[in-house]
Amino acid sequence: MNTKWFDMGEIDIAWCPGCGNFAILNALKQALSELEIKPERLVVVSGIGQAAKAPHYYKCNLFNGLHGRSLAVATAIKAANPQLIVIDESGDGCMYGEGGNHFIHSIRRNPDITNIVHNNMVYGLTKGQASPTSLQGFKTPVQREGVFSEAFNPLSLAISLGASFVSRAFAGDIDQTKEIIKKAITHKGYSLVDIQQPCVTYNKLNTYQWFKAKTYYLDSSYDPHDRIEALRRAAEVEKLPLGIFYLNPRPTFEEKLGVYQERKDPLYTRSPDLKKLSELIDLKRGP
Amino acid sequence: MKDKLLSRFKEDVSIVLCGEAGQGIQTVEHILTQTLKLSGYHVFSTQEYMSRIRGGNNSTLVRISSNRVSAPVDRIDLLIPFSPGAVRHVQKKISPETILMGEKKIYGNEYQEERAIDVPLSEIASEVGGRIYSNTVAVAVLAGLLKVEREVLDRYLRHYFSGKDENTIHKNLEAARRGYEVSDELLRNGKLQIDLVKHNDIKEEILIDGVEALAMGAVAGGCNFLSFYPMSPSTAVAVLLAQYSKEFGIIVEQAEDEISAINMVIGAWYAGARGLASTSGGGFALMVEGLSLAGMIESPLVVHIGQRPGPATGLPTRTEQGELLFALYSGHGEFPRIILTPGTIEDCFYLAQKAFNLADQYQVPVFILTDQYLLESHYNIPSLDPIRNPLQKHFVETNQDYKRYELTEAGLSPRGIPGFGEGLVVLDSDEHDEEGHITEDLDLRTKMVNKRFKKLGLLMKDIIAPELVGPKDYETLIIGWGSTYHAIKEALRQLGTKDVAFLHFKQVYPLHPDTIAYLQKAKKRVIVENNGTAQFGQLIRLRAGFDMDLRILKYNGLPFSVEGLGEQLKSVLD
Repeated sequence: MNTKWFDMGEIDIAWCPGCGNFAILNALKQALSELEIKPERLVVVSGIGQAAKAPHYYKCNLFNGLHGRSLAVATAIKAANPQLIVIDESGDGCMYGEGGNHFIHSIRRNPDITNIVHNNMVYGLTKGQASPTSLQGFKTPVQREGVFSEAFNPLSLAISLGASFVSRAFAGDIDQTKEIIKKAITHKGYSLVDIQQPCVTYNKLNTYQWFKAKTYYLDSSYDPHDRIEALRRAAEVEKLPLGIFYLNPRPTFEEKLGVYQERKDPLYTRSPDLKKLSELIDLKRGP
Repeated sequence: MKDKLLSRFKEDVSIVLCGEAGQGIQTVEHILTQTLKLSGYHVFSTQEYMSRIRGGNNSTLVRISSNRVSAPVDRIDLLIPFSPGAVRHVQKKISPETILMGEKKIYGNEYQEERAIDVPLSEIASEVGGRIYSNTVAVAVLAGLLKVEREVLDRYLRHYFSGKDENTIHKNLEAARRGYEVSDELLRNGKLQIDLVKHNDIKEEILIDGVEALAMGAVAGGCNFLSFYPMSPSTAVAVLLAQYSKEFGIIVEQAEDEISAINMVIGAWYAGARGLASTSGGGFALMVEGLSLAGMIESPLVVHIGQRPGPATGLPTRTEQGELLFALYSGHGEFPRIILTPGTIEDCFYLAQKAFNLADQYQVPVFILTDQYLLESHYNIPSLDPIRNPLQKHFVETNQDYKRYELTEAGLSPRGIPGFGEGLVVLDSDEHDEEGHITEDLDLRTKMVNKRFKKLGLLMKDIIAPELVGPKDYETLIIGWGSTYHAIKEALRQLGTKDVAFLHFKQVYPLHPDTIAYLQKAKKRVIVENNGTAQFGQLIRLRAGFDMDLRILKYNGLPFSVEGLGEQLKSVLD
């Protein structure tokens, strides 16, 4: 697939050679190209970390904000202009650690955005500390005796919160990752794409080989509308299922907003009705 | 037979309603002030209350006057107790002149017999149809004493209870009639004499509080997005904007925390909306990271801080001017900002409106600092005009070569928004190049810092000048900012000193260049602030280079009263 709309030309990419981010970037560009999305209509919001740099490497409107806060920004952008396609792309630390509270409440709110999480189970940019998704026993220069805390399971949490779309992909499989991203973008409502990826520099445990041996795809008999089954699969740790775990179509945040009940145009085109405001002020004179 | 005259009021009456939370004192205040205004009196009311839903002791001050009044007094002319603890709650303000009017079974033996008027409110209400009507009886007794036409009260009661059934309306009108019987009797037997002057034109004025003025001003400024987390005293702004939401097209979202709230507001601005973050000091503490983001990405932003006493949870329902320096220095890194500090209800409206235009024009955060006292005070003003300051939108349609942070000669980079035009709008919280992409080009870094601070120079032309009240050839200059405006003004008027002027700031940062000349001229400089450390005095020291000769500070959680401040001013002016 020709991804020329999104290509940046000669740029300096800050990722390590062999990083899983390259594959995700590739899959995402292909997905966007195949969906014929124009960069001008696309807004990507990201946080801080190596993954959060990704949208600097393809053409899009970009809001690269604070660590952990991207979902709040993405929700508001979509609410202020529902005509935009909004993707929130960041890493596991950003989304599940610093942004954990926003992750929970964005799922509840259900804005029509796609949340792509580069999940390499380690903090790369700050040089190798544990992330919320690091497995127990994972040793780092800080967690010297190995991670003690239970690993964060974003899929279980998202499904239990009734997320609209919950999926897991593996960066080692660009084709399938692209397909999942495409479905997530076209899905109406909040879509989570948790992408498992190796960190070639700081994670010597969860390598390409490890993921290949530890993952399998949900097959065609799997029903993603079955919440209990979705929870059961999300809880599997011996072998990690890949694919779309859960679909729960429901009204989006923007659809429920009063400002779009009578008109659909984005907020930037609108001006306050000052005559009506004068009338409201006049009511303060009393009956 | 005529009784002994207890009091005669010619110009100004202060009534204090005191009782527990949940007893309906706010309803009494509301109906009373509305009908007094509709009858042609100047009115002012403000509340002090405890942080609880039921019980405790709260009080509401209602001032009624022949002249415009917009500040609290300590004096109580008429005390209306609604609960047994009321007299004790306001004990310090009770003078030998204070008359208590209410039910003997409530105030009991707590008040001297000869200055108490026993009005069996609940007994009358029960005769009408239930104790629930006793508040209406109370309103009517007061309205009657103040010579509000029965017709005016009846009209307002019909309006107020218009959503209720006919029987409720009827019973309230009956309660009002019985209340007027009581006041007629009191006036006839000569216990009280109230001869205030009414003015016809006041009937046409609006009666409004700071919250309403601020929310309406935000609407006038094009605010169409608010995200917030509930916190006194700022919540009321969100409640009102939610109420206006449908009619004026405003998205109001209660966020999971203030961090989310401010990031949403910044996101909304990015997409072309006009967002407001409204909170109090503690909530703003969580927003500080977002503020810094706005500074870096040059996002317009309007932050309203309804100040209350801190640190930490402080006194949640009380007032203070304690966040000036916090607002000024909040946010890591260096970036320009604007701080507006409304002094009056009109200011709440016009400055809220202006804040949105300034933020959009200069791509900077604009603060509006109010406080519990200003937000929750009501008084009548002639009107508010939303059309006086037209809405200006400052974003541009982008072309293919658009660069969000283009280095221009003028200093401001035209602000594009995604989806409007052919260009891409790229922002980064990292230092960025002209396109908005992350950079570590350190020469470019210097240029970007300079570019951000150039805006501070540009916006100097829009700084609001301080207002000088009093003689131009003053010797002593009283300096104040924000909500203390009317209290200082009235206290000085009562003192009647000739060579004293008052300089009020409704914008404290950047400091207006005229400030220096005003301060230089004064032989004695006195700062008046509702905080413990004279924060504006410190700012003036830093920015204008003048020390204050005297500081009058109040930080017990209450606003300055006219007499209290008057006494303090008198002692420093003598």
